[in-house]
Amino acid sequence: MNNEQQYELALDCLLLAGRIMMESGAETYRVEDTMLRMARSQNIEDAQSYVTPTGIILSLGKRQITKISSITSRITDLHKIAKVNSVSRKLSVQMITLEEAYDELRLIQKTNYFLPVHIQMLAASVASSCFLVLFNGYWSDMPAAFVAGGIGFIVMLIIQEMTKVKFFSEFLAALVVGLLASLAVHFGLGTEMDKIIVGAVMPLVPGLVITNAVRDLMAGHFTAGIAKGAEAFLTAFAIGAGIAVIVAF
Amino acid sequence: MELIIQLLFSFIFTACFGVIFNAPTKAIPYCGFVGAIGWIIYYVLIQLNVTEVQASFIGAFVVAIVAQIFARRFKMPMIIFNVSGIIPLVPGGIAYNTMRNIVELDYNMGIQNGMRAFMISGAIAMGLVFAEVIIQLVMKLLKTGLTSMQSFARAKRRIK
Repeated sequence: MNNEQQYELALDCLLLAGRIMMESGAETYRVEDTMLRMARSQNIEDAQSYVTPTGIILSLGKRQITKISSITSRITDLHKIAKVNSVSRKLSVQMITLEEAYDELRLIQKTNYFLPVHIQMLAASVASSCFLVLFNGYWSDMPAAFVAGGIGFIVMLIIQEMTKVKFFSEFLAALVVGLLASLAVHFGLGTEMDKIIVGAVMPLVPGLVITNAVRDLMAGHFTAGIAKGAEAFLTAFAIGAGIAVIVAF
Repeated sequence: MELIIQLLFSFIFTACFGVIFNAPTKAIPYCGFVGAIGWIIYYVLIQLNVTEVQASFIGAFVVAIVAQIFARRFKMPMIIFNVSGIIPLVPGGIAYNTMRNIVELDYNMGIQNGMRAFMISGAIAMGLVFAEVIIQLVMKLLKTGLTSMQSFARAKRRIK
């Protein structure tokens, strides 16, 4: 394989790694760090990258080629981040070649590592009901929070799948949570509507995005930090608006 | 007794968030452990009449340190452990109250609660970042300290 092809493969491999990480919700500075580390392991010393939440520009430096990869969807998938991280570690210590790394990355991109939906839903339900204990709620409210949390979460997943509009799905999920909580209180299945709603809404909260936004700002990635901050704000606003509709009536 | 219940439920709570964020299956119990430690420190500090902003800062600081230890131990990115670890500290209830006040046109209370939520989330973020920076600093000092000590020893041997 000649030099030109080798560079092209390296560029594709690095971009793919960066793209998977960014789509799974990694911090911007970690994506840059991973890509440059992988580049150095291939004796590419002056690679430069520009990473934002909506796209990555990567150049191998001097007269080498430059490529852009656009990122359209961002979800939270820690498993994929861990997988890409281990590939980059293995490549850095020369345990695998560039070709093997590229094949592994393509496999990671295609595979769905999420646990089955019903387990995720169960986790959301249990988390919602545990929240009541942590914040001095009534134990008798736990079943209501259990049901509302699970159904709210599944509504978000389904609407997300159908419309691909993130903020709309969060708005509807919060609306459903509010509706279920107020129904539960109305029919005497729950006492404190506020705590049931807060607990059931917790699985929808953009925890990762908020953390990453601040971390990116601190690391000097202002473009990425502001963009993620806007995403977190819009998500929080969508959830708030969904509940507000219920509370207002 | 109260403390044990809090510990247990914060563990389950955080581990469930590990599942929702799709952490690697092996790491999920450790995610729960990180969250439980952070929450119990927050809880005890609140009982001792520390303000919620300071308690959140210290809680997040400890979460980041424990997460860093696990990250090094399992060779996984730190983000896996601290993202679910800080979830119990996130001021969801206060944010809800803010929104509720605003909908009910009680703007004064709304601004007050909004400021509280803002300060707490700022404190959490600061705690995470400070812990990370301090750990990096310590690691760097340890490393350079070791190398300088080695070179010192080598120089000493050469003189002999």
